[in-house]
Amino acid sequence: MESRIDDQKFKRANRRELLKLAPMIALGAFAIPKLQKPLLQTGLGFSDWVSAKLFRSGHLAATFADSELAPFEKFPINDYDVDDPGVDLDQWTLTVTGAVQKPGAYKLSQFQALPKVHQNTRHVCVEGWDVIGRFGGAKLSDFLQMIGADTNSRFVSVECADDYYESLDMETALHPQTLLCYEMYDQPLTREHGAPLRLQVPTKIGYKQAKYLTDLKITNVLSRVGYWEDQGYSSFYGL
Amino acid sequence: MREAVVEIESPKSELIEHAVYEHPWAVRFCHWLNSIALLVMVASGFQIFRAFPSFGAKIPQKDLLHWPKAMALGGWLGGGLQWHLTFVWIYIGTGLFYLGYQILSGNYRQVLFTTRDIPGVWPMVHYYFFFGPKPASREVYNPLQKLAYTQALGLGFLSVVTGIAVWKPVQFSWLAWMMGGFHWARIWHFAVMWTILFFILGHLVMVVLHGWTNFASMLTGWKKHPEYLSHQ
Repeated sequence: MESRIDDQKFKRANRRELLKLAPMIALGAFAIPKLQKPLLQTGLGFSDWVSAKLFRSGHLAATFADSELAPFEKFPINDYDVDDPGVDLDQWTLTVTGAVQKPGAYKLSQFQALPKVHQNTRHVCVEGWDVIGRFGGAKLSDFLQMIGADTNSRFVSVECADDYYESLDMETALHPQTLLCYEMYDQPLTREHGAPLRLQVPTKIGYKQAKYLTDLKITNVLSRVGYWEDQGYSSFYGL
Repeated sequence: MREAVVEIESPKSELIEHAVYEHPWAVRFCHWLNSIALLVMVASGFQIFRAFPSFGAKIPQKDLLHWPKAMALGGWLGGGLQWHLTFVWIYIGTGLFYLGYQILSGNYRQVLFTTRDIPGVWPMVHYYFFFGPKPASREVYNPLQKLAYTQALGLGFLSVVTGIAVWKPVQFSWLAWMMGGFHWARIWHFAVMWTILFFILGHLVMVVLHGWTNFASMLTGWKKHPEYLSHQ
């Protein structure tokens, strides 16, 4: 069934239809310098919110057979300042503060006394490479229990010997594969890999797995999230 | 034919032209919105790729190709990720809106490739690439177009699904497993992107070859005196 119209009406109809596409101009906001940064931060924040919703505390990251491990020499070393910040391994302690019953300085032997976990897991770097390594240490959840941490708090924040700093959401901190790691490939951590103690979290991106830990705090408030996050990277970055 | 047809008369002349309303607003809106979203996804994706332009080991690192910074969006890895993880929601939202509209309105019949379109594909390929005779135009989309646009939607779906496996290889471990693991998911994601780019290249060539009236129909929805009308 065809209707008949005059060509002026047709031209107007065409113009109207074209104008109906106008809402697309909203995307132009991303091109405005003042709006770009807050828009992108909102977008990234939304992705982080979705990530947190997708995280399942009972779901384990894949583990691998010893035959699938990358050779130790092929496990990359990343840092933001120096590979080896010169930790005094004899005097080293982890200083614990915040919402805990037993704050204070903890020696490496106290971590080694907790039940030891080994795991062959995949380490994923934000750059895009990944490597399967062997890690050993105490579950962070066991340590949090030992110090009487308030696990209703939102975050575990850490500081490092090279002034790097990071934080974990409590749900990830309590995950069974989140380790306070002191061994790699069944040997004590080398200096470049974070001696004497590092975070090892196969459910998180690599940059969250801070090395050469010096301080640990249980808190509800983060004045700063992490070294890379505060420069614009994802705060949650769960895998 | 399901699309609306009008007769246009000009008071100045005796001429009567016909026009067909080929593309509803939702189709046009999604088309243009996604062309921007996809551009941002590809450019920011290349920025991310530049951080480790290899699918091999980190030690020793052997780069696959050097992608120039000028053809990437974001300035650095952090910036690339911000654009990528912001626009992905626009990209997915547009795709879902398009899919929902096409199915609920019944307009999908216009573009969906079905078994009945199979015989029509070779004549179109023969005509475009091998100097065959021009097949009669019977519908808004010819069989080769239906094949291309149906596949494009599938590629869009694959780009998202491989992206999810790269973004969340632990929470979506079953998805990553189907692709051969995180390492392979990254390769598939890259390969799907190149296939989409290849599709876009072909699409742009065809758009240019088919002239202004055809292009304008994706702006206003209306196409004046389309070929297939004379074959009704």
